[in-house]
Amino acid sequence: MDMSVQNRRPVLAWPAWLGPGSWGLYALGFIPAVWTFYLAVSDQLGADPLKVLERSLGLWALRFLIVGLAITPLRRLGGPNLIRYRRTVGLLAFFYAMLHVAVYAGLDQGLDLTLILKDILKRPYITVGLVSFLILVPLAVTSNATMIKRLGGAAWQRLHRWVYLAAAAAAVHFIMLVKAWPAEPLIYAAIVAGLLLFRVADRFRKPAFNRTSTSKRGQS
Amino acid sequence: MLIRKPPDIPASEITPLNTYLRRRDLLARGAALAALAAVSSRSTRAALLEAKKSPFSTNETQTRQADATSYNNFYEFGTDKADPAANAGSLKIAPWSVKIDGLVAKPATYTLEDILKPVALEERIYRLRCVEGWSMVIPWIGFPLAELLARVEPLGSAKYVAFETLVRPDEMPGQRGLFQPLPWPYREGLRLDEAMHPLTILATGMYGATLPNQNGAPLRLVVPWKYGFKSIKSIVRISLVEKQPPTTWQALQDEEYGFYSNVNPEVDHPRWSQATERRIGEGSGLFAKRRPTLMFNGYGDQVAQLYAGLDLRANF
Repeated sequence: MDMSVQNRRPVLAWPAWLGPGSWGLYALGFIPAVWTFYLAVSDQLGADPLKVLERSLGLWALRFLIVGLAITPLRRLGGPNLIRYRRTVGLLAFFYAMLHVAVYAGLDQGLDLTLILKDILKRPYITVGLVSFLILVPLAVTSNATMIKRLGGAAWQRLHRWVYLAAAAAAVHFIMLVKAWPAEPLIYAAIVAGLLLFRVADRFRKPAFNRTSTSKRGQS
Repeated sequence: MLIRKPPDIPASEITPLNTYLRRRDLLARGAALAALAAVSSRSTRAALLEAKKSPFSTNETQTRQADATSYNNFYEFGTDKADPAANAGSLKIAPWSVKIDGLVAKPATYTLEDILKPVALEERIYRLRCVEGWSMVIPWIGFPLAELLARVEPLGSAKYVAFETLVRPDEMPGQRGLFQPLPWPYREGLRLDEAMHPLTILATGMYGATLPNQNGAPLRLVVPWKYGFKSIKSIVRISLVEKQPPTTWQALQDEEYGFYSNVNPEVDHPRWSQATERRIGEGSGLFAKRRPTLMFNGYGDQVAQLYAGLDLRANF
């Protein structure tokens, strides 16, 4: 059924070098990181460049998680089917999260492992952020075709559903590290909540949807 | 015959001793008045301020002026650090007046000129430690809050001082719209003895000139041994009160922000450590090693006795 749906939808006319998994797409995805690093080392990020760099990398990780989570709802709601781009987007989210963690541990905390360990244990927002990152690690490792085959489609899908928790934890992590209730983290959390709620709603809707489509097929 | 020799200098022209001793103050005052004239005519343009040096100043490396005036927490202009510098230009700081009321013998509404006329401005180079874990060293220009409080004559029943920031949504974008992070007006408070402490100043300038709007123009509090949010900006009201006044952050998140909010490396913020801080501008901003945070932000010798016998863990 998915195949026929895909055929009916307009396919985006992307050049091949920007296709799923292409170097062009990754290069595009890393532009924000390279640009922010450049601004940081050239003293163009203001008074506290480290914080801006750290935040920016974390924020892009969250953005890529959101884009990855939006692909299925987009298709279900009649938009283009971008499923083949999801692996690239997911891996970009993982790489940004890794850079974010590296800047926190290496530059912010100066690789002081006792300090970092204390932070992880004592600071719920660090704990929650780390949980989000640790979930992404096995997902990134199993993102290639060999691993999908080895795990089997169903088990692989079960494993990758953990991304829901990773995204929720990332959004909560963002809210927890700010003072008061500024709008930005709340907006991101609302988007993540919306995308997760879509899955819940979709689960309830799907059997009914399948029944009608089967009965229609039966009638024809 | 005894001839009385007239003195060279008539008595009327002899400067009284105490005036003579305060000649530098008077010079500073003259300069302050000149600056005021400049402030009144051009509200947003910084005017130079003369100020005498103070033994309370630190000789640590000062934070770059560009950093101290572009990296601010002033939620009335937005929650991003860059928002105040971007948005505070719309604030009209002249004319400005401060209402001083409550438990005082002489309640009054003073214009900024009234407040600054009798004071001798001093430069106070203080460390500033933000509750978020970063710090700066800023050359403030101001005068002891105690001098202003003395003028209104606090009553014996006054135990605390409450402060309020301006509410003017037309000029402060953070005070309008759907998402308003804090309830307005921003409120702060000190115990009367903290307010009367010689380290506690009302600042009207920094880096040799009048305060930029984003730093709390035209008049702000600076309490160097407390987290930065205690040093309330753009003050329009000072009230002497009997009971501990409500303060904005404490009212918002009681378990995270206490009334005292003294800098204390041993009492962590519930969500992050206060043991270390990043000094803004050090190590090209990227490679700075965090500094250990000092008790009372390094002003313990001067202020620790204010808290003798007080459990600082419970009264954070």
